[in-house]
Formats: sequence, structure tokens, C-alpha cells
Amino acid sequence: MSGHTDFHKSISMKIRTSPHLKKTLTVRQIMASVVMALLPVCVWSIWLFGLSALVLLITTTLSCMATEALFNRLAGKPAMARESSVVITGLLLGLTLPPGFALWMAALAGFVAIALGKVLFGGLGQNPFNPALVGRAFAQAAFPVSITTWTPAFLPERFTSFIPSSLAFPFMTPADASGWIQNQVDGWSGATPLKMIGGGGDFASATDLMFGTVSGSSGETAGLLILLCGAWLVYKGVMGWKIPVAVMLGTVATSLPFWLMDASVYPSPLFMLFSGGLMLAAVFMATDMVGTPLTEKGVWVFGLMIGFLTVIIRLFGSLPEGAMYAVLIANACAPLIDTFTQEKPFGYRKPEKALNKGGKGA
Amino acid sequence: MKKSQKGFLQMLGAKGGFRHGIHPEENKEQTEHKAIRRIPFPKEMVLPLAQHRGAPAKPVVVKGQDVVRGELVAEAGGYVSAPIHAPVTGTVAAVDKLVSMPDGTKGTAIIIRTWPSSSQEVLYRKTVDTDVMSPDELVQAVQSAGVVGLGGAAFPTHVKMKAPQGKTITTLVGNGCECEPFLTCDHRIMLEYAENMIRGARLAMKTTGATRTIIGVEDNKMDAVQRIREAIAAFPGDNSDITCEAVKTQYPQGAEKMLIKSLLDLEVPCGGIPADIGCAVFNVGTLAQIGELVPESRGLIERIVTVSGSGVNKPGNYLVPLGTPLPELLKHAEAMDDPGMVILGGPMMGGAIATTDIACTKGITGVLVFPPESLPSPDESEEMPCIGCRACVEACPMLLNPSTLGRLAQNDRYEDMADKFHMWDCFECGCCANVCPSNIPLTQLIRVAKGAHRQRNQPA
Repeated sequence: MSGHTDFHKSISMKIRTSPHLKKTLTVRQIMASVVMALLPVCVWSIWLFGLSALVLLITTTLSCMATEALFNRLAGKPAMARESSVVITGLLLGLTLPPGFALWMAALAGFVAIALGKVLFGGLGQNPFNPALVGRAFAQAAFPVSITTWTPAFLPERFTSFIPSSLAFPFMTPADASGWIQNQVDGWSGATPLKMIGGGGDFASATDLMFGTVSGSSGETAGLLILLCGAWLVYKGVMGWKIPVAVMLGTVATSLPFWLMDASVYPSPLFMLFSGGLMLAAVFMATDMVGTPLTEKGVWVFGLMIGFLTVIIRLFGSLPEGAMYAVLIANACAPLIDTFTQEKPFGYRKPEKALNKGGKGA
Repeated sequence: MKKSQKGFLQMLGAKGGFRHGIHPEENKEQTEHKAIRRIPFPKEMVLPLAQHRGAPAKPVVVKGQDVVRGELVAEAGGYVSAPIHAPVTGTVAAVDKLVSMPDGTKGTAIIIRTWPSSSQEVLYRKTVDTDVMSPDELVQAVQSAGVVGLGGAAFPTHVKMKAPQGKTITTLVGNGCECEPFLTCDHRIMLEYAENMIRGARLAMKTTGATRTIIGVEDNKMDAVQRIREAIAAFPGDNSDITCEAVKTQYPQGAEKMLIKSLLDLEVPCGGIPADIGCAVFNVGTLAQIGELVPESRGLIERIVTVSGSGVNKPGNYLVPLGTPLPELLKHAEAMDDPGMVILGGPMMGGAIATTDIACTKGITGVLVFPPESLPSPDESEEMPCIGCRACVEACPMLLNPSTLGRLAQNDRYEDMADKFHMWDCFECGCCANVCPSNIPLTQLIRVAKGAHRQRNQPA
């Protein structure tokens, strides 16, 4: 091209306002890192619960992705979002469901998670609630029996056959899996560690809970592994450490007095930490950035509130598991928490005039 | 340092610093060891009359007049204004030529054609005894020298050299942080002109009434700290009231509010100025020029400019006659012909320019040239929704909430931004936009909102 003039040269320069330096993780990298961090938890859950857990995770993930693609299409946008937050939702949802959960129910929960939990509010960045928990709350309400039917880990036939309840036809009641389980283990009662609360039974040992070798939802049982994956995210700078720490602090602080009062009725704080979905909620659910407060103090309030509510629901509620509702309630409170914990700017001084005027000045 | 690790350190309460801020790549190694070098005098000089904050200068020369290097060519146009002196010996070719200004507007300028055979000596000088001058005379001398803030603000220095009505100044702060990446001109000034700086600080202490001077330098320039301490010890007279302190290397340490907090653990009140807490802050380059020019009654005719960036073959710190057309400076530094982006100042707060057809003025600290291929692609810079990650909140040195401010700005809620979220405390350091994973131009949104808010609330 010979027609280049000085004028043209000037025009081709990029004009932006400062800052011109950019040094950060992108949204895409953040979401991809969270998916990476979830994978070990998924693999562990598949090792514990076998084929059914694998297919359950695939079902919820695909269902979530398909739902988002459908609504993106309807909105005239490219079907595939450019970041993988929807995969996080799918995996998290799968991990909170019992391994033998009927696949058609899981697919429906995935649809609800994305449609009602995310798209309805305007997509990425707009959802006030954690979409995976919206899906799980729906499942809890719609399928109360299925969602509280757990299978034990390490069944001998877990890699060769499905848990019978997984393969129910759509809108049909899942088959009872207890026969299939009883063929493999003797003396199985079907209760999860949390169901023992209030029953005066023996609480599962903390070691079993930490490694997840107990009955429970597919991904909620391996507390130690979840902690490790969370630590990796913190190390990578993807996730803040404050919320998980605050949730755990809140849990311990609330359950400790009860346990000290009567250790035979109330479980220990360690049990509270590592049982049920608390660890998953603390590390992966409560930290879903969109539904958390923005202020520094707000983050602590938010985390402590989740810990507190979880213990209260577990001890006094009719539900065996409280972490999910605790996170959802805290999500709903996040904007309010933000308002009350707004930080004073650098150099702020209380206006003296306002004090003299007695509050409501012009 | 990782964000998470930084959080832990802040929890432990590292004293003597400010909260938040960021650690951008410094990119100073290209030029920090390059001694200051003069560039050749260009054939034609362009002197915009408005190269400082405040009223433009008024020409006192006419077309066709011969001027000598250092001679006054335009007088101050008011109290908040600064005069301009001839940077070369030559002939005035115009006094009212419209030229492009760095901010994209047009402004009036004096054009001087350089005499090719002149020795370019500064003939306009008269040694004065600053010890016998009164503070007011010294302030007047600083204005006559045309000194403005050389850290980039270009605010007429003499205005800051007197304590405002009803306020006392106890502490003079020398700002040698140079926290902007790439820039090294202040670093070189501290190494090469430390004596001038101390002399300048002495004069400023006399006019402001300050009883001590603290020079704050980021700890990535420990050689400068040592050099200044040696110079203080060797300077004639008792100089125990002048000290040099290293502060943490953390952007934006060079913002005056941050530096005062780091050095003195005092906070400038919201909407206030350093004088409110008894401080006056001067850039080290400004102090060096005061110390050099005032004792000889000379005018400010040149400054040190860092030319750097991956589009420059000979990066360095150049002594540039004020009024040098930018292309001349870029040619000398062997900058590429077709740059993708040229920034005046540092990459965090400096402005990108649409054309290099401008002149080097008093407020230009650096010129950064980048090739087109080094810029982020449209794909990389695509804006995504805010995911509430809190990165901007944990970066804002003013402890504001940039995420919320950005959302409000996008919805034109400027009053809420000003009344509830302290928009006017933002000094546009750029930390929030720098760390935003969603590429939201937060700083720009706040900048635009300020403009709109100011316009809306202007008395009709």
C-alpha cells in the first residue's frame, strides 16, 4: 500500500483512557480454575459411588449447559457462553445430590438451576443466588424422598451396575435401591451421619467424615479433599480465603456451646464442620462471587451468618442438612449486608455539623 | 505477590503503609541505569501558552523578534499561572499559532526558530543570595522561574509554597516515589541532582514555614535513598531537619495522600489538601529545579523525560528543551515509525495520544511507545459482566467501592455516586480497572461520571 500518509498513521493509533496496564486473571481463567478445582472432588466422588455418580455429574452438567444454550439462543446471543461458569453450576449441583438420584430428576434440577437461578435474573453477574443451590432447593422441594435416599460408599458393584434408582423413567418414581444395597452390605440402615442428630446415636468418626467414606451426597463427603482444592484456589489468587474461614468459624462458634453443654445429644464442632454439605458450601458455594457482599467487613458477616444458620437449621430444623438454605438466605442478605458495612473512604471524618443538627439536616 | 498473600500481610497490619493498592510490573530496568543525556536542539520549538494548570501565559514577544535562551517570552497570566522562557536562542516565528495539545484539544503557542549556529548558552542569569531574600520574595522568584509541578500535574509550584490562609505547614514532603511503571526520570534526578534537591527543599521550607523535610522514596530505589542521605550529610550547614525515608514499593505510593500516610501515618481528610494536616508535598524533580533555578534567577527551560516502552530502540532519560516537538524526541530515542500506542506519562495514569504532532511541555514525565502487536486484542479486552469478585474493592487505595460505582455510572446515577459512594474521593489511580477480571473500564466510568456530575450541578 503506497497511499499511507502521516495522517493515516496518526489515526491508526489506539486511544484509551488510563490505566493502560492490565495485569489480572480474566473471568474466563477464574471460571476455568474453579472447574479444575472441582474435578478432584468429582473424581473422588466417582471412586466412592461408582457409575451412578459419574453419570449423575454428566447429566447435571449437560442439562445446565443445554439450558443456558437454549436461553442464549432465544435471546439472540451465541449459544455457548465464553466462560465456564455454567459448568461450575452443573458440577456443583451434581455433587450436592445423592449418588442414586434419578437422572431425569437431576436433569430437571439442572434446568431449574440455570433457568430460574441464573437466566431469569440476567445471566452471569446478575444472579443473586447461587444457581446450583437454587436447583438443589427445587429438587429438595419436588423430590423430598429421593433427595434423602443415600447409598453407602465403596459398594463392590458400583462400577459394574447403576444404583437402580438412577435409571428411573422420566416422571416415574425411582426404584427402591435398598435391595440392591443389601445384597452387597449387611446391616445397612440407610441413615447418613447427620440424620443421627437428635437420635442419640453414635456420631460417625471425624476421620471417616474427612475422607468421605460415609453415606451422603456424592460430592459432599470428602471434606479434606474439598479443603485442599479450596486452598489451591486461594493460592492461585482465584478465591478469597475469608469467606470459607468465616463460615467455618461461624459453624464452630455456634456448635461449640451446645456440644459443651451436652456432648451426648449435640455433635462436636469437628463433626459439624466435616459432615453434610458444609465443607462444599463453605469452599465452593458461599464463595460464588456474584452473591457475596463486596465490602471487607460484609464478607465476614456473610460467612459467619452461613455458619450460624447451618448449625441452627441442623440442630433445630426439620431438615437434616442446613448448609444449602443457609447459603441461600445469606445470598439474599448480601445487598443488605453491603449497605450496612460500607467502608468509610480514606481520610473520612465524621461531619461535625450533622451532629449539631441532630441527625436530619438539610 | 499474590492477592491472597497480600491480604494476610495486611491483616497483620504492616505499619507505615497505606491499605490496598497493587503491584504492577515495574518495567524500570530498561532505563533506570541510563544517565540523563541532553538531546540536540531542534530546528523549531513550539511553546504552548497553557502548559500548566491555571491561566495560560501571555506572550511578551512579537513575531520576528530575536530571543536569547532563557529570556522571558510569556509572562504569567494571573496568580495561578506560570511564565514561559525561551528554550533556545532564535527568532520568534509566531506568537499565536494553533497547535495540538496532548489532551487532543488545540491551543495557542509561540513558535521559535532556532539559530543553527548559536552556542545556546543561557545568558539570562543573575546570581542572587537566597539567604537574604524574604519568604515572599522567594515565592515570587519561584513564580518568575516558571516552575510548575514536574511530577506530571504541572500545577504552578509557587502557589503551594505558601501556607494557605489560616493553615500552618510543619512538614515538607519530598515525593521521590515514582510509583508509575516504566518512568525513571525522578530516579535519575535523585541520583544526579541530589544537591539541587536539598537546596530546593531548604528554600521551600523557608517559604512554607515547615520545620522539617522528609523525602520519601520507594524501596526499589535504595541507591537513590543512599545518595540522598550522603548528599544531606555533605550539604553545608546543619541539615538534621532533612531526612530521607524508604517506603514500600506499592502503587500508588506516589499519590500525595498515600505518601503522607506511609511517612507520617496521617490521613488527609476527604476533599481536603495536605495543608489541612500541616503538610506540603513537592515532587523531587520540582525541588531540584527550584534549587537550581532560583539562586541564579533563571527560568525553567528544560526537563528530564523518560522515553521507554517496547517500541523504542534507545530508551533512556533525556534532558529535553521544553517546546521540543515530540517527533524529534522520538527520533532521537529511535522509536518505531508506526506505533500502536503512545502514552504521555506512566501507563497507570498517563494519557494515550491520538497524534505525536505535539510539543514536549512542562508536565510530561515520560513518553512510552508500544508496537501494535503488544496491545491486547479485541478478544482479550472484551468486556464481561461484573462477577462481584471484589478485586477492585481490595485494590482501591481510597477504600471506595469501584464495583458499585461502576454499576451506578452505567445507570447514570451520578448523584448516588457522589453522595453515597464518595465518587469525588477517587483520584483515578487506575488500580480498579487494572485488576478487573471482567475488563470493565472502571476508572474511565468514574471519570466520565465526574464530568457529567460536575456539569449537572453547575450553577446555571
